[in-house]
Amino acid sequence: MTAGVASLGSARWAVVQRRVLLYVVLGIFVVLFLGPVYVLLVTSLKTFQDVSLSEMWVFPRAVSLEAFRAALIRLGPNLRNSFVLVIPATLVTAAIGSINGYVFSKWRFRGSNIVFALILFGMFIPYQAILIPLVQFLRTIGLYGNLGGLILTHVIYGIPITTLMFRNFYAEIPDELLEAGYMDGLELFGVYRRIMLPLSAPGLVVVVIWQFTSVWNDFLFAVTITQRPGVQPITVALQNLAGSQVVEWNVQMAGALIAAVPTLIIYILLGKYFIRGMLAGSVKG
Amino acid sequence: MIRSRKELTKAVLIVSPSIAAITVFVYGFILWSLRTSVSAWEGIRPNYTFVGLRNYARLFRSSRFQIDLWNTAYFTVFFIAVCIVFGFLLAYLINKQIRGEGFFRTVYMFPMALSFIVTGVLWRWVLNPTAGVNVLLAGLGLPSSWGWYTDTTRIGGFHLALISIIAAASWQFIGYTMAIYLAGLRSIPEQLLESARMDGANEFTIIRRIILPMLRPITLSAMIVLGHISLKIFDLVMAMTGRGPAFATDFPGVFMFETTFRGNRYGEGAAISTVMLLMVAVVIVPYLAYTFRKEHS
Repeated sequence: MTAGVASLGSARWAVVQRRVLLYVVLGIFVVLFLGPVYVLLVTSLKTFQDVSLSEMWVFPRAVSLEAFRAALIRLGPNLRNSFVLVIPATLVTAAIGSINGYVFSKWRFRGSNIVFALILFGMFIPYQAILIPLVQFLRTIGLYGNLGGLILTHVIYGIPITTLMFRNFYAEIPDELLEAGYMDGLELFGVYRRIMLPLSAPGLVVVVIWQFTSVWNDFLFAVTITQRPGVQPITVALQNLAGSQVVEWNVQMAGALIAAVPTLIIYILLGKYFIRGMLAGSVKG
Repeated sequence: MIRSRKELTKAVLIVSPSIAAITVFVYGFILWSLRTSVSAWEGIRPNYTFVGLRNYARLFRSSRFQIDLWNTAYFTVFFIAVCIVFGFLLAYLINKQIRGEGFFRTVYMFPMALSFIVTGVLWRWVLNPTAGVNVLLAGLGLPSSWGWYTDTTRIGGFHLALISIIAAASWQFIGYTMAIYLAGLRSIPEQLLESARMDGANEFTIIRRIILPMLRPITLSAMIVLGHISLKIFDLVMAMTGRGPAFATDFPGVFMFETTFRGNRYGEGAAISTVMLLMVAVVIVPYLAYTFRKEHS
């Protein structure tokens, strides 16, 4: 061992030491990030009798799907609600964002930058600041307390971010391409349909993932607008489950996993696009 | 580009429904909230009788709101600091041409895909005072009777229970901070760092004198994004602790929700939301103005 060290030479040895330290630090963070996931998994695979507080970190004596079964029975309808909510809210907002982004990136009209900034402000506001009027408004038009109202809410408050994402995406498409379209006799819509849309597939994926994730994960709008358990999306149902009298940790953890699976699958399969959306979410102008 | 007047009008027409929607649902509703905040509205039925700043006065006198503001200040500072320090550290380390970079990145960033509710439910279990981390600490022979989110100790206005919220929120956002720093680090030309090394600068000097100054815009955006999240924090707290013992983990978002939709004190709830909006606006408006001016020039 000592001979090996000596033969490496001290400079080389310092490099090796530093590399080892690097991986040790990165490894510690892996443990910190995955530790909670480990607890989630082992707890959700235990039976209620098997969940003892002192053995929280111990692997289950016998792997049981009892908790998942219980969680699915209770959260199943809410899981369905979440899909019913998320799919239209994502597609409609993406479509609106796409056409808006096209106009704001390629059709600078007078004051378009200020208008765009004013729209953008809408994505930063604390939604508490519009919640009371929103509830009153939804009551008036008869959409309070149901998924329709929640879908409408997500579509409207999703406009700023999706417009921003598409605008930044379309800004990269060279103007010459549009000029060429004009030369061929295309007009505003024609250029959008024939040139921009076909090129926007990657941008669309980013926006759809982003919007899907944020609507799926939303809690504030959902808990305010949907009161009856039968119409609530999964985040609200999960929160109710956690607040129930008997604390069945195994069912809670199984429920948390069920609520997380759709967005986690997207993250794992389409991570590249997911991250791009996340970065676009922070305004880069 | 050739743009006829007619075409330009069409372009404006396309975006006008969105502009109208945002005008009504963002700006109109903010005004409506403001009106509610100076009204006597208590109970289910709206009542817009003007009462001046009574709701605000009541709010700022209430000890709960003062605690909320302190909690927000402490939470914001520590949350941003933790995310920036560890986010930068991880980005810096990952950028060292390491093996398995994809694996490390995936692990550090996956919490971003989760709902704050999932994170809250999970961390409530991880930091459960009679189980959780305390059991691990006991196993290692370390002090293990921490109260975590049930702790009511307050030191200089800082509730120790907030540490648990900060931990959970940072767990979720360190990966994001790392990602934007990583993008920034990749844009620094390698020759620049190489020539500094040739001049005999050590690694710390390079970080301090070259890397960090060059990444300043990224640090600024990270602070803005993280800051406006922390000022609005609601979901995570609701899932983890709620207002907590003696309001140890209470925040304006929670207070607003309970006052308005549980207590039916709409006037006061609207006043809280106005204060939240102002706090966020102080951070966001200069940032948006700065970003757009930069883009213009």
